[in-house]
Amino acid sequence: MIKKNSWVLIGRVVLSPEERSNNIPEDTKKTPLKMWIKGSLLEDATLQETVKIKTKTGRIESGTLLEVNPTYHHTYGSFIPELMTINELVKTKYE
Amino acid sequence: MNKYETIMARKNEIMKKAIGIDYSMYEYGQIGFRYEDMMRDHGYPIHIVRWIQRDHGVGGTPLKELKNITSLVRQTANPGKGARIFIKDEALNDSGSFKARRAAISCYHAKRLGYPGVIAATSGNYGAAVASQAAKLNLPCIIVQECYDSQGIGQPEIIEKARACEAYGAEVIQLSVGPELFYVFLQLLEETGYFNASLYTPYGILGIETLGMEVIEDCMKQIGKVPDMVVCTNAGGGNLTGTARGIARATEDKVTIVGASVNLFGLHMASDRDFNRKSFTTGHTGFGMPFMIQPDRSDVPRSAARALRYIDRYVTITQGEVFFMTETLALLEGIERGPAGNTALACAFSLAKELNQDQVIVVQETEYTGAGKHHQAQLSFAREHGIDIHFGDPKDEIPGKSIILPKDPRFIRAKEVDLHRIRLSYIGANVSKDKILGLDDIQYLSQELGVLQADVYDLLREKELRWTL
Repeated sequence: MIKKNSWVLIGRVVLSPEERSNNIPEDTKKTPLKMWIKGSLLEDATLQETVKIKTKTGRIESGTLLEVNPTYHHTYGSFIPELMTINELVKTKYE
Repeated sequence: MNKYETIMARKNEIMKKAIGIDYSMYEYGQIGFRYEDMMRDHGYPIHIVRWIQRDHGVGGTPLKELKNITSLVRQTANPGKGARIFIKDEALNDSGSFKARRAAISCYHAKRLGYPGVIAATSGNYGAAVASQAAKLNLPCIIVQECYDSQGIGQPEIIEKARACEAYGAEVIQLSVGPELFYVFLQLLEETGYFNASLYTPYGILGIETLGMEVIEDCMKQIGKVPDMVVCTNAGGGNLTGTARGIARATEDKVTIVGASVNLFGLHMASDRDFNRKSFTTGHTGFGMPFMIQPDRSDVPRSAARALRYIDRYVTITQGEVFFMTETLALLEGIERGPAGNTALACAFSLAKELNQDQVIVVQETEYTGAGKHHQAQLSFAREHGIDIHFGDPKDEIPGKSIILPKDPRFIRAKEVDLHRIRLSYIGANVSKDKILGLDDIQYLSQELGVLQADVYDLLREKELRWTL
């Protein structure tokens, strides 16, 4: 159970494939246009339930409850050994 | 009409409310619109713009000479060649990019007019810029981003930008790939009554004019002359337009204005599949080319960003060359910055070889870097998505398939875009065959295309279009 007032992430489909613009590539046209928004949960709920949230600007949005305390996971990625070669290339040249 | 078409049909009405500009009053002739009149009627005196920016932690960034990179250029250039390269360190603005200059004026204007908040549709640094400026003015702020593919895999660079927006207190709405972002954007404008802090209003351009002015003023102060060439990373055209206009305010001397974009030829910007196969989400040809050819495709009826009016040369560079240059900037100059902002720098490295050693090139921006938008994060993401990364000749790079890092700095070579062809495309896209153009239209095209009227006739002849005098 996720408590009311928890900070959560919800998602919903904005346009189904049939409702999408006709001027988009085939691969995109096959998929729905999806949206993700964060806010505070208005009622107790469980994951995957359809819920309502209040966003930072005070708007009410509804969608599927996807995550509680949504976290950033982006990083500097895996090490790229080629960057060491650039070091050798430009440092030798420069010296 | 379905719900998408219903909203789209009302876009001009919604925009008029959300920007406060009646664009229709500037239309004239068959294709023209009074650009300078729009800029004059919907702007602020430049000294007020500078005051707003100074007051908001924006502008006055240092111009730094890249002595070690210049030295590297000279080792790869013919004797006597290798211009001095300077960089305007715009990453030092609040929110980490030159976009703060644009946001400062848009947000100030929104506040002054009494709008209850601001919205911007952007996956770029402009989001953080608007969020940061809105925070200073205590204005609620919504940023709408195209961020994920249909599988929910996000571009690390855009996820980082969302984090930055949220750090400044903004509400961030993230969408999967597709131009219907504009549909969501219009609905939000209507629901909230917020100001559309578009990159393409006169305010969004005016804010960059100070950057062009500072480039000239800094050069006069530091080296006693204006630069020979200024290189601007080009996507929507606003950066180049505003910089060139600012330069023209500050000097009558000729400064060559060069647009620079990352070559993403072959990748479709609205393709779900291609979305995560590119390593640059801005500053690339996927925006640079269409916006130059059809500037009014933007999120306002008439864009204030019109690069063809000001551009002298347009060059492209590969993803591999920009990543190489980004690493080099950190290694040789001790300046670690984001890759997209170094697009112009990579081009400048190549262009400097054409100029003499006493000549000067200014690269007019840098952007912040960090998790997600660091070149290592981008290269790692590309490798995970099956992009072949190796050393070689960058001219063999195929966007979406390979990233080729130059095997030697000599292989960093910007590629010239034929502006004549771009101008022909502009005419093809904006002038229909059934129109017979009048003198008004010819004059407009001369301004729009940055050419003499005589050249407009030649272009029209080549496109088999008719006119009457």
